[in-house]
Amino acid sequence: MAARLLPAGNDPIRPGATRALSLSVDGEPIDGVEGQSIAGVILASGRLSWRRTSSEGKPRGLFCGIGVCFDCIVTVNGERDVRACQRRAADGDVVQSQHDALPEVRA
Amino acid sequence: MSHRSVLVIGAGPAGLAAARAARAAGASVTLLDSSDYLGGQYWRHLPAARPAGNEKVLHHGWSTFSALRRELEADAGCEIVLGAQVWALETAHGAEAPTVHALIGPVDGIRRSGRSFTADALVLATGAHDRTLPFPGWDLPGVFTAGAAQAFAKGERVAVGSRVVVAGAGPFLLPVAASLTQSGARVLGVYEANGIGRLLRGWLPRPWRLLGASKKAGEALGYLRNHLGNRIPYRTGQAVIAAHGTDRVEAVTIAKLDAEWRPIPSTARRVSADAVCVSHGFTPRLELPIAAGCALDADRFVTVDGRQATTTASVYAAGEITGIGGVDAALAEGQIAGHCAAGGHQGDPVVKAAVAARATFTDFASRIEAAHGIRPGWTAWLHEDTLVCRCEEVSYGRLCSAASATDSASLRSQKLSSRAGLGICQGRVCGRTVEQILAAERPGGMRDGASTDRRPIVAPVRIGELAAAAADQTSSPTLISTERP
Repeated sequence: MAARLLPAGNDPIRPGATRALSLSVDGEPIDGVEGQSIAGVILASGRLSWRRTSSEGKPRGLFCGIGVCFDCIVTVNGERDVRACQRRAADGDVVQSQHDALPEVRA
Repeated sequence: MSHRSVLVIGAGPAGLAAARAARAAGASVTLLDSSDYLGGQYWRHLPAARPAGNEKVLHHGWSTFSALRRELEADAGCEIVLGAQVWALETAHGAEAPTVHALIGPVDGIRRSGRSFTADALVLATGAHDRTLPFPGWDLPGVFTAGAAQAFAKGERVAVGSRVVVAGAGPFLLPVAASLTQSGARVLGVYEANGIGRLLRGWLPRPWRLLGASKKAGEALGYLRNHLGNRIPYRTGQAVIAAHGTDRVEAVTIAKLDAEWRPIPSTARRVSADAVCVSHGFTPRLELPIAAGCALDADRFVTVDGRQATTTASVYAAGEITGIGGVDAALAEGQIAGHCAAGGHQGDPVVKAAVAARATFTDFASRIEAAHGIRPGWTAWLHEDTLVCRCEEVSYGRLCSAASATDSASLRSQKLSSRAGLGICQGRVCGRTVEQILAAERPGGMRDGASTDRRPIVAPVRIGELAAAAADQTSSPTLISTERP
């Protein structure tokens, strides 16, 4: 039970044909639909979080959904800090989750 | 006919209406938006790669949007620049209107190209984003803003959960619940923090003024019908005061609130859910108007006159940055702003209907605030360890102890001591909350006149992109001068 993409057959908007795409997310292949955001593809796969916070290592994923909060940032094809909710997924994108640990302070 | 050039920033309802009106008045128009589609958050829709036969059932005013889009896309006199992230606005010495700097290309990409824009007049239509107050567990995955649920339902046909609680304050909660239902989610309930008494006191005075807005009333009735039809409970005077779970939301605590939004402990109950969508209102996106030197009013919206002109010469504003009034106010204001920016006058017959509509629909803004505005008692649902700043992971306790330890009346210094509001979102999510908490901790408030809305660098920019812009500037004399008087 989680987020999911509404199956086309149940959708009152009468969707037309779509093209599938596939991402690699932390090495795992995930299927989506062309035109989805990276966050949308990951969410619909049942995964709710894909980042660990710097200080407490807490899981984070989508929060604001409109590019404001930066909670959903990922590394896409080697480019860091990309907002997953704003970047459209492209077939073959290699996505890595981010955990930027704080620098260690020595006493 | 005018031979002026008008630059419009933001392609939501206000920006689209401004662009069309400026074109109709004979100006050449450039329309910028950070996303790759027209319509803004209100008309967030499926991309061209996902055509649908009946997408309009997800929207209000879809035919208005379709007409605006068709007209502007077909118009050679309107240059539409999408994927344009504006990152700075500056007014060169002696210049008539500000220069706007944007990076154009894939969202947050590393090889976007820089482009600077100037025009005879600028229309700012940057809109607003959700304001969500912190509560224990709001940082758990599965807690979303209401806007996120709306964006993913309309823009992707993804429901953010299967058993969803919608909570917060304001009329926006209703369309969000409707969109979730239309996307296959079960909405367990909509919880409006304000009691029925305040809602009636806010919405009912001077009811004759609502007559002109009967379309809007029809929209509200449509939502209520949706609620009854789908048996979604709509509860007033209640709020989600905590979310529970280890690595994701598994349940929420819902409690009744008093009139000041203090939870009544004996009423708390736990409801299991896999997603919760919470918004308590909207925060206008003010970075560009502030950078342009536009005055704000006491409620911190952009001050405009009857022409939608700001206090800065050649800069106009329309839509939610001038007051949270909804789509009809935004369309009317946008039309007037575009017309006047192109050299027209507010008394011209072509904007007569827009001027009348503006009077009707800006009345909505004050009703929304009177009925749904945030009350100060909400801080009673915070715990010491509740995060206030999500980016820097600053808890309520830490913010308050930093405030009392330093005893400073400077917002800037408090931010530096506590780190609240210093993260990558640039204080967009927590800024006003931090200000409010600090003001309550220190009667008399902060005295340095600083505001979390001021962000001279409007969006995060990569150092490499800045370096590339600097290199361009030395080689290309056509870019604006950085000289200071």
